[in-house]
Amino acid sequence: MKSNLLFNFSVNKENKTINIQREFNANLELVWKAWTEPELLNQWWAPKPYHIVTKTLDLEIGGMWLYAMVSPENEKTWCKADYKGIEINKLLSWLDAFCDENGNENTIKPRSLWTNIFTEKNDITLVDVTLKHDKLEDIETLIKMGFKEGFGMALLNLDQLLLTKNKKQ
Amino acid sequence: MKLRRDIFQAISDPTRRAILVLLTSQSMTAGAIAENFDAARPTISKHIQILNECDLVDANQQGREIYYELKVEKMKEIDKWLEQFRAIWENRFNQLDNLLETLKNKNNEE
Repeated sequence: MKSNLLFNFSVNKENKTINIQREFNANLELVWKAWTEPELLNQWWAPKPYHIVTKTLDLEIGGMWLYAMVSPENEKTWCKADYKGIEINKLLSWLDAFCDENGNENTIKPRSLWTNIFTEKNDITLVDVTLKHDKLEDIETLIKMGFKEGFGMALLNLDQLLLTKNKKQ
Repeated sequence: MKLRRDIFQAISDPTRRAILVLLTSQSMTAGAIAENFDAARPTISKHIQILNECDLVDANQQGREIYYELKVEKMKEIDKWLEQFRAIWENRFNQLDNLLETLKNKNNEE
């Protein structure tokens, strides 16, 4: 069934947004929990081979989710989300940042304003994620940073395909 | 800036992304590409045309057939720009799928 679940990914350069829509084979309450409870977020938020450890999560407007992104070499990068909007089982919005272990933000990375909207239909929950940025260049910076941090593992397959393709020419 | 705009346009559509993936393994005619989709042949041709205009695929005449081929260097631009980011999300959400399954099974047992 998984393959039938919607996954859209798009960039809107006029609005300087990245939009991701994804369906999940679970009801709204469960998906909401997975996005808001630290012990659940810890199990899925980090792309492999990273994992995250949540230090604090204060689910209220003005509250903060503070966590460390941990590399396979056990290097920690602290990140936070400042909650801006919360409507239970419906909307979750935050401003992200890199920071120190106490949540003091730094300016390494442009901040993204996340708006996550949750809707359910027939036991399938759609999450609509929008990341809004001040400048189009911010998106480029984010992607370059992803490279630097070694998030590229999942792309090895594409790299190999391109390599094979190169050889043929 | 022009290059960037073109790339965004090219991969903003799921069908066009799927065509690019198809072309990573071999060059194909428009007809062969269209066989992989439910959409009408002219719709697919339009997508191929856009990819061509965005400089992501080359059209090569071979006898009576036109074969479309991926322009690898341009694909790498996309790779750098966005697939990276998309892959992170794919990975993340697959993990969430697994977690949700586990949670559902647990709820059923209780």
